[in-house]
Amino acid sequence: MSLLLHQFRFDQKVFWRNPASVFFTVMLPLIFLFIFATIFGNDEIEERGVKTTTYYVPAIMALAVVSATAVSLAINLTEDRERGLLKRVRGTPLPSSVFVAGRVGNSLVISLLMVVLVAILGRLVYGVSLPDQTIPAILVTLAVGAFAFSCIGFALTAIIPSEDAAPAVTNALLLPLYFISGVFIPDSEIPSGVLQVADVFPVRHFFEAFFTAWDPNTSGAGFEFGQLAIVAAWGALGLVLALRFFRWEPRR
Amino acid sequence: MAEAVIKAAGLRMSYGELEAVRGIDLQVDAGEIFAFLGPNGAGKTTTVEIFEGYRRRTGGEVEVLGVDPQHATRAWRQRVGFVLQECRLTPELTVREAVEQYAGYYEAPRDVQQTIGLVGLDEKADARTSTLSGGQQRRLDVALALIGDPELLFLDEPTTGFDPSARRQAWDVIGSMRDLGKTVFLTTHYMDEAQVLADRAAIIVAGEIVAEGDPAQLGSDGGPEAVISFRLPKGTSPTELPPPFADAAKRGEAVVSHASDDPLADLRTLIDWAQARGTGLPSLEVRRPSLEDAYLELTSR
Repeated sequence: MSLLLHQFRFDQKVFWRNPASVFFTVMLPLIFLFIFATIFGNDEIEERGVKTTTYYVPAIMALAVVSATAVSLAINLTEDRERGLLKRVRGTPLPSSVFVAGRVGNSLVISLLMVVLVAILGRLVYGVSLPDQTIPAILVTLAVGAFAFSCIGFALTAIIPSEDAAPAVTNALLLPLYFISGVFIPDSEIPSGVLQVADVFPVRHFFEAFFTAWDPNTSGAGFEFGQLAIVAAWGALGLVLALRFFRWEPRR
Repeated sequence: MAEAVIKAAGLRMSYGELEAVRGIDLQVDAGEIFAFLGPNGAGKTTTVEIFEGYRRRTGGEVEVLGVDPQHATRAWRQRVGFVLQECRLTPELTVREAVEQYAGYYEAPRDVQQTIGLVGLDEKADARTSTLSGGQQRRLDVALALIGDPELLFLDEPTTGFDPSARRQAWDVIGSMRDLGKTVFLTTHYMDEAQVLADRAAIIVAGEIVAEGDPAQLGSDGGPEAVISFRLPKGTSPTELPPPFADAAKRGEAVVSHASDDPLADLRTLIDWAQARGTGLPSLEVRRPSLEDAYLELTSR
């Protein structure tokens, strides 16, 4: 346990000192929230019965968590693999499980921080009310999503051949998903055929779970177990692929 | 009788059709600095990675610190340190932080500050690793390998790409391992490195050990008696030289170097020829063959 804290402490240090990770993981989601909320203003999304700003808070939360887990892990782990860092760590007495737990723990903490930041920004700047009785649902959604997308991040490294290719591959996979899943554009504007495609993948279900928990019209605890089950299933698939294909040694 | 730290018998490794290592026997004793020499692609790194527990061999027996590295445990990893051939550092950490991070992985690490001093990075202790020169980064690699206070240290081409002064400094650090009582398994393709540092050396060519012994002896055993070299006198073409030297002279090369089995006779021939022609023999040199001569001879076969 103390070894895990030791490892986590250094993972945190490295994260906050890396300008790229701070910008893309922390700043960019906040900038997106600001841009989308400013462009679409206080329009009402009739289909959902909420203001656009209320829609974007859970949407950007989903984006921020995916970014702090899957994207961040895929890029950083690939970089560390190609640098030979993973190989060297593997030669020390540090158990692989502690190494992995340190990285996942780092992603979980950043995810939690982002959910809090997006919630505060939404409340202060756009007057999006904070939930109360759905807080457990939000935390469960966060936990399930962050774990699932962390597994997906480890799995993604297997298809990324080099550190240069890492941002390109992850963005090529996730940017289209954000668009078709209603993260960037309200889903009322997206044709149903496209949404059906998005429903195959985990991003949309993750967003839906956050949305229900954030929607002021939600009565009750706001748990979306059906949506979360699909997210978890993708996480499980990621875990299986990661266990099978994750590599500690450089590919070059 | 010193205790064997590394023992290999009939070690083989093939990648599909390619046989990278073809039956190696070797033994490294406690406290020894052992140099493993060979040209690129000879099987050096494959062999060292089998010893480090990174690769599974396809044949033979290996024991490192009494354990088959294929079944390396955490306890075994506490006793082994290594510098990998290609490994960059985490650019976001300082030298001290990088060493502290690795210190945390070991049960009984060395003192962080003292280890940084040992590799001569005191002044850079609080600098980010991204600001270090190539030589300094490699020395930090050595510090990370040492921090767990290992009994056995693997150094895979630790000075490749260094400028001469960085190499000298790295040699001082590696030489100091002897004073710490460490066993060092050094992989290199620099002959002078082996000659300066190693107690014993083995040369691997195409997956087989072709020579083994004291680096100073390795040059003379079975090799030529002496090496005679001089600059080709002005206006002389290589074909005009007396027989053994005419063969040794390569077209376009200013220095003629002949590995001689009978240096007295060859020298007499050369001097008689020079006197008869009235030319001098600039930079004439007669020396014992170095490890490099033996190496070049062995690897060119």
